[in-house]
Amino acid sequence: MAVSTAKPPRVPSSSAKRRAGRSAPGGVGPGGLGIATLWLSVIVLLPLAAVTAKAFENGPGEFVDAINAPAARAALLVTLGVSLVVTVINVVLGTLIAWVLVRDEFRGKRIVNALIDLPFALPTIVASIVLLSLYGPQSPFDIHLNATRPGLVVALLFVTLPFVVRSVQPVLIEIDREVEEAAASLGASNRTIFLKIILPTLAPAVLGGAGLAFTRAIGEYGSVVLIGGGIPRETEVASQYIQKQFEIDRFANGAAISVALLIIAFVVLLGLRLVGSRAARREEAAR
Amino acid sequence: MTDIAPSADALHALVEGSGAINVGSHAIEVHGLEKHYGDYHALRDINLTIPSGSLTALLGPSGSGKSTLLRAIAGLEVPDGGTVIIGGSDVTYVPPQEREIGFVFQHYAAFKHMTVRDNVGFGPSIRKQPKAEIAKRVDELLEIVGLGGYQERYPSQLSGGQRQRMALARALAVHPKVLLLDEPFGALDAKVRDDLRQWLRQLQSETGVTTVLVTHDQEEALDVADHIAVLNEGRIEQWGSPREVYETPANTFVMSFLGPTAKLRGELVRPHDLVLSKRQIDDAVPVTVERVVHLGFEVRVELRDGESTDLSAQITRGEASRLELAVGDQIYVRPGLHVDPVAPDSAQPAPGLEKTSA
Ligand SMILES: Nc1ncnc2c1ncn2[C@@H]1O[C@H](COP(=O)(O)OP(=O)(O)OP(=O)(O)O)[C@@H](O)[C@H]1O
Ligand SMILES: [Mg+2]
Repeated sequence: MAVSTAKPPRVPSSSAKRRAGRSAPGGVGPGGLGIATLWLSVIVLLPLAAVTAKAFENGPGEFVDAINAPAARAALLVTLGVSLVVTVINVVLGTLIAWVLVRDEFRGKRIVNALIDLPFALPTIVASIVLLSLYGPQSPFDIHLNATRPGLVVALLFVTLPFVVRSVQPVLIEIDREVEEAAASLGASNRTIFLKIILPTLAPAVLGGAGLAFTRAIGEYGSVVLIGGGIPRETEVASQYIQKQFEIDRFANGAAISVALLIIAFVVLLGLRLVGSRAARREEAAR
Repeated sequence: MTDIAPSADALHALVEGSGAINVGSHAIEVHGLEKHYGDYHALRDINLTIPSGSLTALLGPSGSGKSTLLRAIAGLEVPDGGTVIIGGSDVTYVPPQEREIGFVFQHYAAFKHMTVRDNVGFGPSIRKQPKAEIAKRVDELLEIVGLGGYQERYPSQLSGGQRQRMALARALAVHPKVLLLDEPFGALDAKVRDDLRQWLRQLQSETGVTTVLVTHDQEEALDVADHIAVLNEGRIEQWGSPREVYETPANTFVMSFLGPTAKLRGELVRPHDLVLSKRQIDDAVPVTVERVVHLGFEVRVELRDGESTDLSAQITRGEASRLELAVGDQIYVRPGLHVDPVAPDSAQPAPGLEKTSA
């Protein structure tokens, strides 16, 4: 019998075994990861893949043609322009509303705070009817926004109100007041404190909220359908154009515009996230 | 400590630029200051005069109003009554921005999204000073606080002690008339706290910037301060040098807050002022030895008198071995000859206040 000169088989130490079997602190482990992946696939990836497949059903040439059709391009441009305006207004007013809700004391603050989310609960078509009755041809205030782009903006502002407010609010609550006091003791005016100290801290939350508001706005259908009136090249937004394509059985065209919206949304969200996380990472690093 | 000791040159530069030295006058005066939070009376008729160039500690238990007083001096809190005077002018209703102060918080209050350089340069930069000048001053200050070479780091990449030194540099960057520190070392561990305390003491005495330090740690106050104001329940109980407040406390509160006490015949004395004897002596109280604890340099002797009241005496090792104390021994104890024991509840007006008010 030959004397074995081979190294003894490596017995994994118990601590190594334990390490291998466990996820990093704060992780969810393979089970959690699996569920998350499955969920995302079923709820997000599969539908998106189906839409994309439909869009390219007749080849990439048809896809480009569908997007380049004058009416389609006009609808996309109207959608983007209006959504951009809505997002900018949201960034300013959403931040202001969050500020008032966090920093100011007034009667009925809790009620106002609860009201912010209500636009989410109202079926969007109802929102459209209500806005039409208020700002349409029979407007009691003599404000006529029906079939105008400002009408689209108002409708979209209504449905996107909570996004910036709700993402800024918790960050604002957490801001360390002593940091502001330190800036004040160094001579900074309230304006300077807001611009140089508070805003950079809020930026990731503001950008996150802006991204949500923008993507919601470009896909919105219900709330704009009546007040906008769907006038081609004027107030017809992408979702209305898509619906029209579906009505005349041009499903691939509709899918192509949808994919264009998806790509725009993805690029915008990714861009905002990158800008936002640059600031956030500095603060979080090594904490 | 050597790594953060201020260099003489750098300190000299700092003093040159600072309008802080104005020896002989009072940097801060507080008269009849009152502050309420709802029903709570947080400051009661506070009168305090802080000489230029001194380091004064506001010492007191939690909730005694130390931070409130410091914040009122800084303008971060508006008092209900009384006046605050800094450098001779009434600033009671002047916002903090215009008080020319430096304020350091317990939890650093760093601008997390800015580098160390931008943190320290914040004050000068909003004063629109030329960039090159700011950079020079920042480098100089960082050298002084021992953070040379850390310019490009973010606060999250610094230790607690380093963050607090950055906060100090940031406060000093605007040439403050007074430097206000609210428990600046409270969040740090004991060793770092000790080092920074000594370092602050050195920085302060060499720069001469009038400094007010809030602390609830009597050792810290006794260690670094020229003057101590002892606060309790929104009042100043006593104002004086560390020796005065320790050796001639105005009342039992100050006596017991500044160090350990023992009760002998109903009077409070310091345990190290007790004299033990095996023989009956005049004025001595008979006691039984309950326990002898050797604490390195000193020995604590726990005693019980005839009325079963416990007290402890602090004696030197030599003394202890001379007495050959054993548990159960019957001995005699009296206050040392040089001590004036404080009768309980002799709440007199704080003697230090008269002496120092303008
Ligand atoms: N903004 C406020 N609103 C209500 N009460 C307050 C406020 N700030 C302080 N107080 C109360 O005033 C009293 C004094 O507070 P202060 O912060 O000055 O105490 P302190 O001596 O600094 O204590 P600590 O050592 O715990 O920091 C406390 O009882 C506190 O509860
Ligand atoms: Mg405090």
